[in-house]
Amino acid sequence: MVETKQTRQGYVDALIELAPQRPDLLVLDADVSKATKTSDFQKRFPQRHINCGTAEQNEFSVAAGLALEGFLPFATTFAMFATTRASDQLRNSIAYPKLNVKVGATHGGVSTGGDGASHQACEDLAITRAMPNLTVLVPGDYEEARQATLAAASFVGPVYLRFGRDTYPVVPELHGDFELGRAKLLREGRDVTLVSTGIMAYEALRAAEQLAATGLSTRVLHYPTLKPFDVEPLLSAARETRAIVTAEEHSIIGGLGEAVASAILEAGMSAPLRRIGVRDVFGESGPSGELLDKYGLRASNIAHAVQSMLHTASRPV
Amino acid sequence: MTTSTASPPSTNLGLLRDKARSIRREILLMVHAGQSGHPGGSLGAADLVTALYYSVMRHDPRNPDWPERDRFILSKGHCSPVIYAVLADCGYFPHRDLASFRRPGSHLQGHPCSAKTPGIEASTGTLGLGLSTACGMALGAALRGDQHHYYVLCGDGEQQEGQIWEAAMFAHKYKLTNLIAFTDRNRLQTDGDTEDVMPLDPLPEKWRAFGWNSWEIDGHDYRQILDAVAQAKREPCGRPTMIVANTTKGKGVSFMEDAASWHSGPPSDADLSRALKELSHG
Repeated sequence: MVETKQTRQGYVDALIELAPQRPDLLVLDADVSKATKTSDFQKRFPQRHINCGTAEQNEFSVAAGLALEGFLPFATTFAMFATTRASDQLRNSIAYPKLNVKVGATHGGVSTGGDGASHQACEDLAITRAMPNLTVLVPGDYEEARQATLAAASFVGPVYLRFGRDTYPVVPELHGDFELGRAKLLREGRDVTLVSTGIMAYEALRAAEQLAATGLSTRVLHYPTLKPFDVEPLLSAARETRAIVTAEEHSIIGGLGEAVASAILEAGMSAPLRRIGVRDVFGESGPSGELLDKYGLRASNIAHAVQSMLHTASRPV
Repeated sequence: MTTSTASPPSTNLGLLRDKARSIRREILLMVHAGQSGHPGGSLGAADLVTALYYSVMRHDPRNPDWPERDRFILSKGHCSPVIYAVLADCGYFPHRDLASFRRPGSHLQGHPCSAKTPGIEASTGTLGLGLSTACGMALGAALRGDQHHYYVLCGDGEQQEGQIWEAAMFAHKYKLTNLIAFTDRNRLQTDGDTEDVMPLDPLPEKWRAFGWNSWEIDGHDYRQILDAVAQAKREPCGRPTMIVANTTKGKGVSFMEDAASWHSGPPSDADLSRALKELSHG
């Protein structure tokens, strides 16, 4: 049985770890502190936990004000609220003046589960990628979430951190040093490349195993930093392997898949490409795992995409 | 200008009146030079901002990051000309920069950005942001035990934004007595009379219901402005203050007063010279 842990817990464990060394650190929440897990922080550091009530717009501008006063605020809420309800405040209060605010956004993607489409952020990465000055981090498991949070705290500037709600498999391949802005080579391979962000790292590695069993040597590149986008490893993959499949728990519009496609084309290269992601539909209520199945976000979907692409590519024109 | 140590200087009301007149001239020149901007609200707020910068706030243009300075946040960011004119006059940046307002490459954006303009404390422009940002700043100062104050100027039309009332609840919860806000109550917004577009009255009652001190003054009467600030600072019950300042949009230029049409848009060359003539003597 695969060990699983919550990525949002990795976020809050990092904040608790940081608090003694960073007296400037404050945690803000918007009446979802039990769900985001910042209630754990509140128990330890009640004076440094600011509950703004169900008012995310005010929360984000308050965080900007605290940053202007030299504090290190982690403004926490669900990814849906962070990027749609408080999108103006994220853009104009935080990103535009380039303030040192960290946004901790939990409940990203369809694996949010039972709450359904209204609470499943599948466009948050498109929105945040499009905002100048904003660094976008999408860690893939508990430990990478912890490391990403520590890295965000050391970095000066606005950062959007995206976590999930569910427990997700622990992926030892992700546990090397976290370097902000760098992709991770999780598995070497010569035939095809899988590119993942967030929790899809696990599915990509499993897909690589399935493909290996059919004799395909499969490279896996992982992007815990979606912006700035680390182009070089991707271009090597486009040069050295025959096909690329991207995998994200997000809309195929505006996220990892489009970042990969435009990076390759702008470098004057081309590569057969498929995007695994939510295909421009709203999600629905259900158990997290069943939703990942339903929306085609599994290793088998990735492996199938590779096989169908190679099959097509091998046909005579 | 104000020094880092002295208490606020000028209580000479005649000097404030002269200063506001020259600020109003700069506002019109700026909007004319940029061929874009919001003259009406800027003119109407000129007495409030002048009173704050020249008679109330402790600040030092030679040391803009002085930690103990009082802060001013223009929540109605579209009235940037009034704060730019004041900051230039105080010496935060060269006076000649005003001519670059809303022009490519200028640090004087249509709406204020803290990352671009010396002396601008917070980025504002989309309505509602400024009061919340000031709440965060005031909370930060309170957590540190700082003694300085945060002065905020909100529009009246701005108070149709839900975020304003989120901030109202927040400031009450955290007992932000260091927060002294003004409503520029000129009763006009882009599309006309506030009470037709989306009624706001009675504003002081609304703010009091949210746990703030709130009362009305004449926003062109320096004595009332200064007394209101003094009264807000004496507040004994841990409440933030919202001073509803009744003003005239376009104040100081006869043909711009109380006209929603001067909410935005530049004066023609002829209008500019007429207006400057009116503002040339007391």
